[in-house]
Order: sequence, then structure tokens, then C-alpha cells
Amino acid sequence: MDFFNRFAVPHPSIAIYASMAAIGLTLIAVIAGLTYFKKWGYLWREWLTTVDHKRIGIMYLLSALLMLFRGGVDAIMMRAQLAVPENTLLDAQHYNEIFTTHGIVMILFMAMPFIMFFMNFVVPLQIGARDVAFPRLNALSFWLFFMGAMLFNISFVVGGSPDAGWTSYFPLAGNEFSESVGTNYYMIAIQIAGIGTLMTGINFITTILKMRAPGMTLMKMPMFTWSALIANVIIVFAFPVLAVLLAMGTLDRQFGTNFFTMDNGGMDMLWANIFWVWGHPEVYILILPAFGIYSEIISTFARRNLYGYTSMVGSMVIISLLSFLVWAHHFFTMGQGALTNSIFSITTMAIAVPTGVKIFNWLLTLRKGKIVFTTPMLYSMLFIPLFTLGGVTGVMLAMSAADYQYHNTMFLVAHFHNVIIPGVVYAMLAGLHYYWPKMFGFMLNERIGKWTAWLMSIGFILAFMPMYISGLDGQARRMYTYSESAGFGPMNMVSFVGAAIMAISFVLIVYNIYYSTRYESRDISNDPWDARTLEWSTHTPVPEYNFAILPDVRSNEALWDAKKNGHVLFKGEYEKIHMPNNSGIPFIMSCIFFVWGFSFIFSLWIPVVVTTLGIFGCMALRSFEQDHGRYISVKEIEETETNLRGA
Amino acid sequence: MYKKGIKVVLFSVFFTIITVLAGCEPLLVLDPKGPQAERQASDILLSIGIMSLIVIAVFSMLVYMLVKYRASKQRPDYEPPHIEGNLWVEVIMVGIPVLIVAFLSYISVQSNYIVEAKPKGYEDTKPLVVYASSSNWKWHFSYPEEGIETVNYLYIPTDRALEFKLYSHGPITSFWIPQLGGQKYAMADMVTTLHLAADVPGEFMGRNANFSGKGFAENTFNVTAMSQDEFDDWVKEVKETAKPITEKKFEELLEPGHLGQQTYTGTHLEFSPPPTGHNHSEESTETPETESHTDSHDGHESAGH
Ligand code: HEM
Ligand SMILES: [Cu+2]
Ligand SMILES: [Cu+2]
Repeated sequence: MDFFNRFAVPHPSIAIYASMAAIGLTLIAVIAGLTYFKKWGYLWREWLTTVDHKRIGIMYLLSALLMLFRGGVDAIMMRAQLAVPENTLLDAQHYNEIFTTHGIVMILFMAMPFIMFFMNFVVPLQIGARDVAFPRLNALSFWLFFMGAMLFNISFVVGGSPDAGWTSYFPLAGNEFSESVGTNYYMIAIQIAGIGTLMTGINFITTILKMRAPGMTLMKMPMFTWSALIANVIIVFAFPVLAVLLAMGTLDRQFGTNFFTMDNGGMDMLWANIFWVWGHPEVYILILPAFGIYSEIISTFARRNLYGYTSMVGSMVIISLLSFLVWAHHFFTMGQGALTNSIFSITTMAIAVPTGVKIFNWLLTLRKGKIVFTTPMLYSMLFIPLFTLGGVTGVMLAMSAADYQYHNTMFLVAHFHNVIIPGVVYAMLAGLHYYWPKMFGFMLNERIGKWTAWLMSIGFILAFMPMYISGLDGQARRMYTYSESAGFGPMNMVSFVGAAIMAISFVLIVYNIYYSTRYESRDISNDPWDARTLEWSTHTPVPEYNFAILPDVRSNEALWDAKKNGHVLFKGEYEKIHMPNNSGIPFIMSCIFFVWGFSFIFSLWIPVVVTTLGIFGCMALRSFEQDHGRYISVKEIEETETNLRGA
Repeated sequence: MYKKGIKVVLFSVFFTIITVLAGCEPLLVLDPKGPQAERQASDILLSIGIMSLIVIAVFSMLVYMLVKYRASKQRPDYEPPHIEGNLWVEVIMVGIPVLIVAFLSYISVQSNYIVEAKPKGYEDTKPLVVYASSSNWKWHFSYPEEGIETVNYLYIPTDRALEFKLYSHGPITSFWIPQLGGQKYAMADMVTTLHLAADVPGEFMGRNANFSGKGFAENTFNVTAMSQDEFDDWVKEVKETAKPITEKKFEELLEPGHLGQQTYTGTHLEFSPPPTGHNHSEESTETPETESHTDSHDGHESAGH
């Protein structure tokens, strides 16, 4: 019975039953649809077992969009709850679970896969490679991320979601104050996804360092590849810290160790420290690739080379180093004294300098350009002013004595959304519109795209600017309600309206995809934007092997060089191409991980042991496997190339 | 003096703007009633001022570029040039931000020492020491010298340094009275010190600012500042009328839940002492003779702060 109680819905409510029903119906519909259209084989052969970086990228993209809507629904529910004082739409427990899962879903299961999508889809094409260094590991990375995300998402309907905030500070997150299995989900689901991310980091560092096309020296790499390289280096340093932290938290909750407890030698501050040693670099893992995307888009549509290439690279290297030196700014108020606070205050403000360099470089890229306003460019141009606002409030927060007043208030919530939405989310949407034709062979509708960008920005300003004010008026974050007399009502109502407008703009994106799939022309060239970097020199759709002949690169704008200076990119004869075989093991192994994680969360030790054996079994299988991949013959290449050229 | 002048001007300008924006009621943080909060408010306004300059610079550069270099404004055969960069431009691009950051760092470091010390102007007063400890979801205020204790409300004398000793009987909380000064954490295994002072009598909002579970939203308390005489009268009255706090009573109070305001004689510090030995770099004026109820604090200083 005790066992049953742990599975039962701990906080029954209509929303939860509705989601249960929705999840159930969707599953049935998907299974029925696949069976009816006889697509199981196709799904298995072409997607579940694929090791092609482009397809893995698209799967990341789908997951990210899915999670964007999950996190967005959470956001709207929170804003609706706060829209009026003493609202009873959600109760405290529910609200706590929602802001916790909103934070985790948005950062780890939406923004992360979105940048993984870009890295997977774009980096190999941009450096003139045929795949990533370890294609099969890449598939495993994706599936581990995916299973982690799914595991996290079922927490809502099975056993209860984590409720201690996405930062999950102990002792609040310990067994004493957080009794449901919610925080176990946090520990295990993020752990599984995190292992996948760490492997991606290693994979892409190797890819970028080892697999560049002939002639592409480091300083001839396109800016997005640079940003991906640096982000992956941060991943490799930061994610092991997260893994250890989550392992310690799991031990505390499930095996009674006392790392972070209130007595027996536990140190709650230790959690905060380790968390932010990972957590602060994490935000740069997200923002640096976003900067890379903006660099590509801005120089493409200003029709000019990127201004200050070297200082762009330099500033990213400096940011990556500084990102590990600022973590204590997240707890200036922990009583660490004036000296410590002063040091972290200065290192934090220092980050504003390289970031400023980038902003000014983008502005100077526009100078003497010939600016065309496409949708991706519109997002990038909206990014510059909005992100600047978020950046300067960041400097304000970095002044530690003043932070005593901002800490834990809506001011902070406004600040980080002000950097993360224009900074990261806009970059993704800009990149989505930019790379869509390369992925699917048609453009997204420009008119709907621009409407979306404007609407989103209006919504954004309405949603988040009031929070700066209500923060200064004493509204703490994470409050599920407030009294009429507090006077926060009007600001929060405006915020809700803004959030609703943003919600409409996200629905418009879906509509745009639907509309463009039906009506947009299939007759586009390989290089519809008149772009500058190597990925646009491939055919659309990109053949499995990417490049029939590896390009010969002379500058960081290889394609532009070819178009303007008549440099010949592809010289030589076709040769047979070696490609890796598909494999079902990454998917199967990740499914086993899913069951392992679920069992672990509920402390079902027998399935844990069985699945652990299963996981090691998969690894053993791999190490005895004889798989040398396969060759694509010259004849096949010729056929594919003629077909594509004809199209 | 000159710098102070600029600050005062900036202060008043932004104060007015923000006040007007917020519909005339001054925002709590920008309506300081004590020296610490005043320093923080002036830092905030100063930084808003400097930051607006940067925002204006970026906005105007952007508008200029977009207006001047739009494709539709140019000859169809215009070919944008290839420009790598320019040393001088980059020196300016780095130099100005470095100067700004250096200036703000200077202010920030100064302020750190100010908010961590006895409030300016009250250096000579003997501080009133109050132990503020949180439990789910209330605040216990112990006045060891006066020998009284309150729950969920705080009486304080004006024109006197206040020294709050913060700790928690449960999750991490944060003690915050916006109009008197910024917050600081209250934790289970260490005592932190927050220095405040009130210049004028009045009623202020206080709350826990750090999420601590279900009852967090209502985890607030009222602060009333009054003259020293009135404060003394109040203490006397409490001593005459309130019931003593007993160990049993206190255990009851610690149970999770919300309570109204309550008053007791004696303090719980006598039978339930605060955690010891973790004042970090903050110097304490007075530490009551208490024993550690747990021996878990070794190695604390290595926790990174
Ligand atoms: C799309 C519009 C969005 C709205 C309206 C929104 C709204 C909110 C609200 C109301 C909160 C909780 C405030 C509180 O009670 O403390 C919150 C927290 C948070 N949001 Fe968003 N959000 C949005 C998008 C995003 C995005 C895109 C990200 C990240 C990529 C993000 C990351 C976070 C994080 C990390 C938290 C903190 C959660 C916590 O306190 O544990 N949000 N958001
Ligand atoms: Cu940070
Ligand atoms: Cu400590």
C-alpha cells in the first residue's frame, strides 16, 4: 500500500488529471497512427537508429520545441496565478512545482537541446566535415538527453514534481522538507541528461579540432563554430561538477548521507556553492552559441564580413574563463563578508567588458553594410537593444551591496529573462528561420515570421519590464500570491497581458510551420539567403555524406570567397566515402536508462540492479562488436549529385 | 563633495522618474528610512544613471546604422567593403567600459564595507542586538538584553544601531526589511549578522525573501520603529503582561504553520541556543554564553565563504 501511495498523485487536481488524459491520448494516437500508416519500420530505420548528425540535430530541435511549449504553459499558468492579488487558481504546492519545473525545463530541456540542435546540424557543415567525430556516441548523447527529459516530464503525473526551485537549495530539497519523490526526479533525470551533454561536449571538441576541412585553420573557422568550440570546453569543465553534485544530493535523499543536511556535519551552503560552480558557466554554455548564431546572421544580412573577428574570438575566450570565477554572486547575501563580496562583485562586472566588445562589433558590422531585413535579421536587430537592457541590469546586480536589495526579487527574475529571452530564445528562433530551408528545402513564411518577432517583443516588454518595478517595490520571487495591500496588482496584471501576447506569438510559430509546409515554394536554391559560410555550399537537402568532395578553405567566409573571388571550393575527383552504420544500441541503452532512472527514483532496487546489468551489457556488446561501417561508392555519389543538381 | 553633488542630482532625477512611473507611491527600496537602505538606494540610482548612458549609446548607434545602411536606401550596385577592424576603435571599445566598470567597482567595494559595518552616523550608539530566527513559516525575534521575545513582529528604537543575528530552524530563509536595508540569509548551521538602523519612526514591511516551501508567500512580519523612550515603555509593558516562553511552548511554535503576532518574556536562546562559531568575517558585538547543540561546524570556513 505504501508502494501504491508513492505512485498515486500526491496533489490531485483537474490540471493533473487533464494532463494524464492528454498524455495518454497522445500516446495512443501516435501508436495508432504509426501502425495504421505502417511507419514503424521507417521510424526505426530512419530515425531511432540513425547516427547522421543532421537527423540527430532535427530530433533535438523537435524535443526543444516540444519542451518550449511545456515550459511556456507553465509560464502562463504562473503569470495567470499572479495576475491578481489573492488568486486561487493554483495552490502553493502547485505553484512551487510549476516554477521549479518551468525553470528546469526551460534551461535544461529547452535551451540546451536547442543549442545542441544547432551544433549538430551546423558545425559539421560549417567546418566541411562529413559527420561528427563519434557518430554513435552522438546518438547516445541525444537519446540520453531525451530519456532524461521524458523522465522529468512524467514527474507531473507520477509521484509529484520537484518543488524546491530549479536551484534546489538544501535543506529545503532534503527529505525533511521535500517529502515526495519530486526532488528524486530532479536528481536522476538531470543526471541522465547531463551525462549525454558531457559526451556531446567531448564529441564536438574532438570534431572541431580534428575534422576541419583542408585549409581551415583555427582562425579561419566561422564564428558559430568558434562559439560552439568554446561552449563545449565549458561543458567539459562544468558538467562533471553537476554530476558530482547530483550524486551527492541523491545520496543524501536516498541513502541517508549528510552532505547538505542541517545536522550531522551537513553544510547547506556547500550545495549552493557547487550548484553555481556549474550553474553560472551553464548560462554561458547557452549564450555563447547564441552569440555565434547572431554573428552569422548579422554578417550575412548586413552583406559584410564580421567586424573584429579576432576580438570576437578573444572576448569569448575571456568570457569562458571569467564564467568560472563569478559563482558567488548568486549568494552575496550568505554572510560571506565584504572582502569576498568585493572580489566577486568585480569579477562579475568584468564580464560586461568582453560582452560589450561583442555588442559594439555587431553594431560596427552593420556600418557600411547593405542591410536586408529578413526574419532572422529582425530577431537579431531586436536582440541588440533588448539584450543590452538585460546586460546593464546585470551590472547593477553585480554591485553586491545593492544586490542585498535585488536578491530573490522580481528584479532578478526580470533581469535573467531579459538576457535569456532576447539572448538565447531569439537566437534560436532567428537560427530556426535561417536554417529551416537547409533542413527542409523550403522557407518559413517571412510575413508571419516578422509578425511573430514584433509581437513577441511587445509581449516581452510588457511581461518583464513591470517586474523590475515590482521587484524594487519589494515583491519577492517565488511567491505564489500576495495581498491586495502590497500594491503589486497592476504591475502583475500588465505582466500577464504581456505573457499572453508572447503565448500568441509562440502559437504563430507553429502556425507558420504549418502554413509554410503547405504553401511555401519548394523551388529554392542551395543558398537562398546569399550567405557566406560553408554550410550553404552544400546541396539542399543535404546528402547523407554532406560533401561529395571535401572543400578547400582559404578564409573564414569560404563560400563568399568562392562567390566573389572565384576561389574553387571543390577540387578533384569523387572518391568512395566511408560512413558509419546505423545502430539500435544507443536507443535501446537509453530506454534501459529510462527504466533505471524511474526505478531509482522510487527506490525499486531489484529493477535498478537488473537495468544496471542491462546498461553494462549494452556497453559490453559494443566492445565486442565488429562494425567497420560501410562505403558509399563513386557511382552512388555521382547519381546523388546529378539528382540534386537537377533539382 | 562634487561627486556627492552629482549623486544627489541623479538621485533626485531618477527618484522622480521612477516614482511617477510607479504611480506616485514610492517604491519601497527607493524610499529608504535608514542609512543602509539609503546607501543602497543611492548606489541603485547611480548605477541606473550610468547604465542609461550605455543604453542610450547602444540604441542610438543601432538606429543610426539601421537608418543609414538599409539596403533600400542604397544604390543597387553598392558593394559593402571588407573591414577587418581597427586598433583605435577597439581600444575605445574596451577602454570606456573598463573605466565604467572600474568606477562602479570602486563604489561597490566601498558600499560593501559600509553595509557590513555599524550604520553611518550611529557608530557611537550601543547597538540593540536582536536574534531573528526563522522557522516554517514565521519569525522569532529574541531581545536577549531586554529578556523578551516576539513572534512575527518587531519593535525597534529609532536613532540607534540595530544588530540582527540571523539563523534558521529549518530551510534557508532571508531576512529583509526593504526600507531599512537589504536582506541577508538565515541558515541552520551558522549565524549571520545584519546591521541596520532606522532614522524615523514608522511601520515597515519585513519578510522572508528566500523561498522556503509552501508557506513562503505569507512569511512576513511587521516592523514598527519608535523613539527609544517608547521602546523602553513597550519593553516594560511586555515584561509586566506577557507570559514566559517555555521550552515546551517554543517546541509548539516551531511546528510548521502560520501564527499571528505573539509576545513572551524571556528568550528561547536560553534553552535552544543559536548555532555557534560561524560569524565568518563579520565581527560581533555580543555573543551570549551559549553552547553548541551540535558539533557539526568544523571545516565550515572552507565552504567557500
Ligand atoms: C516565455 C515567457 C516566459 C515567462 C512569461 C516566464 C515567466 C516566469 C515566471 C513568472 C517565473 C517565476 C517567478 C517566480 O515566482 O519566482 C519564472 C521563473 C524562471 N524562468 Fe521563466 N518565463 C518565460 C520564459 C523563460 C525562458 C525562455 C527561460 C529559460 C530559457 C526561463 C527560465 C526561468 C528560470 C530559470 C526561472 C526560475 C525558476 C525558479 O525560480 O526556480 N523562463 N519565469
Ligand atoms: Cu551567475
Ligand atoms: Cu558557513
